[in-house]
Amino acid sequence: MTEKTIRVLVAKPGLDGHDRGAKVIARALRDAGMEVVYTGIRQTPEMIAEAALQEDVDVIGMSILSGAHMALFPKVIDLLKEYGMDDVLIVAGGIIPDEDVPALEALGIQGIFGPGTTTDRIVEFIREHVR
Amino acid sequence: MSETPVEGILAGQRRAIARAISLVENDGAEAQDLLATLHPHTGRAHIVGVTGPPGSGKSTLVNALALHFRRESEPSFQEAGSTRIAPKIGIIAVDPTSPFSGGAFLGDRIRMRDLAGDTGIFIRSMASRGNLGGLAWATADAVKVLDAAGFDLIIVETVGAGQAEVDIARTAHTTVVVEVPGLGDDVQAIKAGILEIADVFAVNKADLEGADHAVMALRMMLDLDTAVTQRTMHHGRLMEVIARNTGTMELTTSSSLIPPAPSGTAQDGPVTSWHPPIQKTVATRREGIAELADAILAHRDYLQHSGHLARRERERAAAELETIIQQESLRRVLACTRGPQLREVVGRVVQREVDPYTAAQQLLASIDLADREGQT
Repeated sequence: MTEKTIRVLVAKPGLDGHDRGAKVIARALRDAGMEVVYTGIRQTPEMIAEAALQEDVDVIGMSILSGAHMALFPKVIDLLKEYGMDDVLIVAGGIIPDEDVPALEALGIQGIFGPGTTTDRIVEFIREHVR
Repeated sequence: MSETPVEGILAGQRRAIARAISLVENDGAEAQDLLATLHPHTGRAHIVGVTGPPGSGKSTLVNALALHFRRESEPSFQEAGSTRIAPKIGIIAVDPTSPFSGGAFLGDRIRMRDLAGDTGIFIRSMASRGNLGGLAWATADAVKVLDAAGFDLIIVETVGAGQAEVDIARTAHTTVVVEVPGLGDDVQAIKAGILEIADVFAVNKADLEGADHAVMALRMMLDLDTAVTQRTMHHGRLMEVIARNTGTMELTTSSSLIPPAPSGTAQDGPVTSWHPPIQKTVATRREGIAELADAILAHRDYLQHSGHLARRERERAAAELETIIQQESLRRVLACTRGPQLREVVGRVVQREVDPYTAAQQLLASIDLADREGQT
């Protein structure tokens, strides 16, 4: 009928409750014609992977400001592999120090967007990299 | 992973189910083939619709109901006998698609976080993708996927509904209409539309002022049907004359709103009429949820024992067939009328050279015979 609609899970792993950024991104992706599943704050890696599985999303965007990204992101990625979802595009945002970026990229997180990134750039990145 | 997609679905594999729902959402020949294969495996689940205005607490109510059914439900979903097996629950939550961008913000899972980690529950968010009746076109097909996958109870939460989004009644066996206090006076309750499709009413947020008034307005609406027999538009169809026995299902404002069991009624024998019960709930505190769940199960039992289930299945099948024919016809017609021909006709309508009705008739007449395959 039409070209496939991109489905995105926007998730906030960990314990910080700052979801303004995640909501801005969710809204921008919606306005770019994507279907955004938003699960709310304080998600465990298990909840995120499970939601991604059930929702059959093409993209997972994780926002984290608590500093626990090196602990939580690898768990999400392990679970996704376990579920056979290794073709999902994973992007991340929030407060992620530059020195952690190479390790996260090696894990398979393809786009890491810090403060100041325009929403247009994220939309463009997703459209270019989604499979 | 050596199984085929269909085997995966029938075995209840979550990845296979999720992908199948995406497939039916995106339509196409592949989806039709899949649904054709699954069709013989469907028809076992009880389908519950939950509808009501935006912000009335539908998602929270679905969350509470699912928790209740998983933890405390009677073993009535399985014929296994004495061993209690919690029913497997599939949830489809529909949210609106933006008419401008085509995107959607699907936020129903936020209220359903209590259900995470339970492998007996599968939640899928759907965007309405332009359909106006409160569901997506593909919702009924997604229900079929879950049905074939062995879910005993499938809860479909509609888009926040106004007065006329009544598609859910064609998809669900039991329709729960969620109201909240303070939405309007009893004139609202007399209006046609969403209130007519309720098999069960939930007055949610019943801790707010005006809850009793809302219950009373609904009861008055229901009691206006004082006739012993009447014709009812039910689930989009004119149902036969139904004997209404108000005494059987009359409910009070107290919290015990469980309709009496069929065998407990005065005249004994199967219940032949259904008076929609009204249940006050506070979903965030799980109040009234057990009673609401009981009312849903009572309606299911009523459908089974009264013979209405078989009739409703026929109605559902007929309505579904009609919808498919409508969609397919529309697709074919649009496929042949799009393009320069349509643009030219639109121009003539704007110039007042022709009126839209005549133009439409002419367009349809011109393609009637030309198109058999739906291709331009």
